[in-house]
Amino acid sequence: MNKILKIFSGSTLISLVAILLGLIVGAIVMLAGGYDPFLAYQSLFSQVFGNTYDFGETLREVTPLILTGFAFAFAARAGLFNIGGEGQFIIGMTAATVIGIKVHGLPIYIHAPLAIIAGGLFGGIWAAIVGYLKAKRGVNEVITSIMLNWIALYLANFIVRHFLLMEGKQRSEDILPTASIAFPWLSSLMNNARIHWGMLVAVLCAFFFFYFMWKTKQGYELRAVGSNPNAAQYAGMNVGRNVVKAMFISGIFAGLAGAFQILGVFQYQSVMSGSPGTGFDGIAVGLIGMNNPFGILLGAFLFGTLTYGSAGMSFGAGVPPELIRIVIGSIIFFIAAQGIVRWVIKPFYFKRKKEKVL
Amino acid sequence: MDWVTTLGQLINTTLVFSTALIFAALGGIFSERSGVTNLGLEGFMMFGAFASAVGTYYAEEAGMGAASPWIGMIAALVLGVITSLIHAVASITFKADQTISGIVINFLAAGATLYLVKLIFDGSGETPLLMEVFNKVSIPWLSQIPIIGEGLFHNYPTTYIAIILVFVGYYVLFKTPFGLRLRAVGEHPSAADTAGINVNRMRYIGVMISGGLAALGGATVTLTTTSTFAHNTISGQGYIAIAAMIFGKWNPLGAFGAAAFFGLSQAVRTYVTLFDWSKDIPQEFIYMLPYLLTIIVLVAAVGRSAAPSALGQPYDPSKR
Repeated sequence: MNKILKIFSGSTLISLVAILLGLIVGAIVMLAGGYDPFLAYQSLFSQVFGNTYDFGETLREVTPLILTGFAFAFAARAGLFNIGGEGQFIIGMTAATVIGIKVHGLPIYIHAPLAIIAGGLFGGIWAAIVGYLKAKRGVNEVITSIMLNWIALYLANFIVRHFLLMEGKQRSEDILPTASIAFPWLSSLMNNARIHWGMLVAVLCAFFFFYFMWKTKQGYELRAVGSNPNAAQYAGMNVGRNVVKAMFISGIFAGLAGAFQILGVFQYQSVMSGSPGTGFDGIAVGLIGMNNPFGILLGAFLFGTLTYGSAGMSFGAGVPPELIRIVIGSIIFFIAAQGIVRWVIKPFYFKRKKEKVL
Repeated sequence: MDWVTTLGQLINTTLVFSTALIFAALGGIFSERSGVTNLGLEGFMMFGAFASAVGTYYAEEAGMGAASPWIGMIAALVLGVITSLIHAVASITFKADQTISGIVINFLAAGATLYLVKLIFDGSGETPLLMEVFNKVSIPWLSQIPIIGEGLFHNYPTTYIAIILVFVGYYVLFKTPFGLRLRAVGEHPSAADTAGINVNRMRYIGVMISGGLAALGGATVTLTTTSTFAHNTISGQGYIAIAAMIFGKWNPLGAFGAAAFFGLSQAVRTYVTLFDWSKDIPQEFIYMLPYLLTIIVLVAAVGRSAAPSALGQPYDPSKR
């Protein structure tokens, strides 16, 4: 536990200051637009924490963000830029939907896990394609993942439209009740907020991420490949295999996120006119969490709170909810450009140190 | 259907779809050749599409008539250059991770443009439909040539500008001292520094050109295709432009080819439905085609792509 704390204690202060600075930028933008920032932030937080239903829905919003955040961060630790979380998310959704609708006669404790595993597995395979092409053919992972995002979107629509369609609707049939991972007991406690088991799995994934990356030999290899592929190769590691492995695990996270959205929240899959964006938001979450699993839990909570709360901000203070993207963008900006943050906190920092010395 | 007309129209539509990609990919090249990764192309396009819509709208209001879209283009260029400074300051001066900084641009653009649109136009999620946008211009004589005339010489002024800029960009990058310096800074910054080139200044210039060009690309979407700016005006073209840049190996001519390839596959999408046999192919596969083809071509022919060697690394003179 001490080590877990150690991993993010160094960056915690910078993250907190970055979040504060991001909120301040948001406030300045609101002032410039003639809005009341205090009222806006107040309505934002009361939207999220005001009643149990909205708090439950915020947690629902947070769950897939945690996992797509992991998807980005896991690959990033291995030196890969996985911009394809979006496509892996969609493929995970589709695989779970197919299993959820087409497989009959299984008891719930087999059907639901099967659908989840299918989602994660196909998400992983979708990402592994990127890793394989990079390892074997040296094709830039950014370009293949962008292309695979689009292919996933159209492939998913094709599957829904041709095999799963509900008569006369632009969506699939409902998944069978045995595939649902909704959490009825907790849901009813929270005024029917769409709470599901995915939340628990997402938190467990954080521990898996941490354990795998920092406690196993394979995790060590991935990080070695990530920080210096040439040195890793020289040390006898198979760089190509590690690239594929990192992408595969990364894709599993995003695929799970997609599966949970179907099995826990929507219970069906729509024909999509555009990308859902959850995979891209995961990049932001990964960055806010500084690619650390526990940082990402907090980052996703922050991201989800701000996004879900932005609706309240719009009702309560008339501020367009898009403002929150500016806040999130600024937070990431300040986390990335730590030089600015250090410069801001320097005076306080020195003062404190001096007191200690005295 | 008349084959000659169809082929001409196909080329024409290809160029219409490619124009924005050409601008943006060209922009990406200038940034990345100087050693600064630019994943923010999507965001710069968004800023450009937004600025051109607002600029054109106010120019119309002020009675500028047919000059209005040109005002819009200038507004896009200016906003693109200004916002590119965010990326430049973070990634060059503060040595932030350049991919992150680019993603920040995308986030800020998505938020800021819609926030401003709602602020300016009383809560409406899009700008009013513009009256004065670009019209296709036929070049006398040349436009009479069969196929090519319809295809190449009956186009939007922005398309002509984009194609001219490809060659200008190529010339500037590979035939001028400025281009040599820009590339040197991206390949081997410490050597360039020793030779008396101001690395950071060159990189600032590269990123600013990049922001300006990508914004012009976004503006062409507003001013030729949609006539309005909304949340979905730019949806993914910036990422395709990045792909076109890598596909074209960071060379303006290559990127032009790649952009035309994407434009063609989009154009084919609209034309293929005119034929009866297309009924047998699920439309999703027709939509998928350009992306699938890109991967196949990359795997089969292009192989390892050679990025500028100092790409993504902040320059720190103390580490020489």
